[in-house]
Amino acid sequence: MTDTLLISTRKGLFTVERERSGWRIARGDFLGDNVSLALADPRDGRCYAALDHGHFGVKMHRMSGGGAWEEIATPTYPEKPEGYEELDMWGRPLPWSTVRVWALEPGGDDEPGVLWCGTIPGGLFRSRDHGESWEMIRSLWDHPLRTKWMGGGADLPGLHSIVVDPRDSRRVTVAVSTGGIWATDDAGATWTQRGEGMRADHVPPELTHAPIAQDVHCLAQCPAAPERFWVQHHNGIFVSSDEARTFTEITEAGPSVFGFPVRVHPREPDTAWFVPEIKDEKRIPVGGRLCVTRTRDGGRTFETLGRGLPQEHAYDVVYRHSLALDETGERLAFGSTTGGLWVSENQGDSWSMVSHTLPPVYAVRFA
Amino acid sequence: MPRVVFTPNIQRHVECPEATVPGRTVREALDNVFTGNPRARSYVLDDQSALRRHMSVFVDGELVRDRTGLTDEVKENSTVYVFQALSGG
Repeated sequence: MTDTLLISTRKGLFTVERERSGWRIARGDFLGDNVSLALADPRDGRCYAALDHGHFGVKMHRMSGGGAWEEIATPTYPEKPEGYEELDMWGRPLPWSTVRVWALEPGGDDEPGVLWCGTIPGGLFRSRDHGESWEMIRSLWDHPLRTKWMGGGADLPGLHSIVVDPRDSRRVTVAVSTGGIWATDDAGATWTQRGEGMRADHVPPELTHAPIAQDVHCLAQCPAAPERFWVQHHNGIFVSSDEARTFTEITEAGPSVFGFPVRVHPREPDTAWFVPEIKDEKRIPVGGRLCVTRTRDGGRTFETLGRGLPQEHAYDVVYRHSLALDETGERLAFGSTTGGLWVSENQGDSWSMVSHTLPPVYAVRFA
Repeated sequence: MPRVVFTPNIQRHVECPEATVPGRTVREALDNVFTGNPRARSYVLDDQSALRRHMSVFVDGELVRDRTGLTDEVKENSTVYVFQALSGG
């Protein structure tokens, strides 16, 4: 069981700990600053925080034991080739510059110090030295299809999900909003597009089933059954049993199939959790009732879990990184745009509120 | 030599004392400041070494026009102000 949570918010990073009396906010760091994402590396205990200072740009910080944060290198885009001009979907020059850190994951257990980082406007980076330096994965950035990536909720494309195969650390799968799913079997030397079977109904008919046109909101891989992937997509929920090559659409999932996060049980590939919202211009809980949905049978049926959650006039949105599951598959936590934070110690059957006065929550992770 | 002055708001993140450095353009002057204070560079310039979107630079009270190349002229007795643009709420 994991007794510590890292909560990244619009106004700071909060550490929440389980005490005898319940879960309590134990510490606040970077108060007043925008923390878009944080990671506690389970391999060595180091913590990482991605800050967005607005005027002054994105900065990365690291805490190595001791409790003091230090600024480290930020993933930096390579120099744009002389005379090269690339326009985004709005006809404006695409910035070759880190706009937001949107994914931060440890490498495999056999590669200490390796971190993966996804960004807006789409660049994927790797560090081999605990974030002291970063290299852009040029093979993906220079892939001819990368220029077809588009903005989703954000104006610019964003690489938000990175999963490292527990069987082989060279096998990494990433997802882009919008740009679909991409996989490498050789530690990032080459990439192939995956994700047949997903369906986008917000694009012209010729593109509806094109893997590159898919707006994946979140991608999750089951550690004990790595062939199983779950996707929360702009259009709904999709599940794959062949390493994200082909997907089946789940068309019924309780109140709504729309949402942002998905988490899969570490040992049970058929068990996954979602947070439904009204699709998609509204993005609020159906009927003002905040709930989590859970399937235990691979998506055939879903339970709607709301015990302990506000069941009237709740307008919380739960972003893609704001639902967390611990390594046992027993504890869940999620935070919302209206500053609510809830924890469950029984797979979502019931929830207890930790706070409803946090700043807007961007990410929740067990440490 | 031109004088370079930074907004007080940046000091919370990275110390940027006023500096007197050689330079005939904004680029030259800023490069000379950042040579001695490399951490400050990424707070003012983006990954392509253009001025960050919400930063502004004034030379003797005039807003610089070339935010990408930073080719605006700086005179021997100029003062270069590096400020954040006020935007948002």
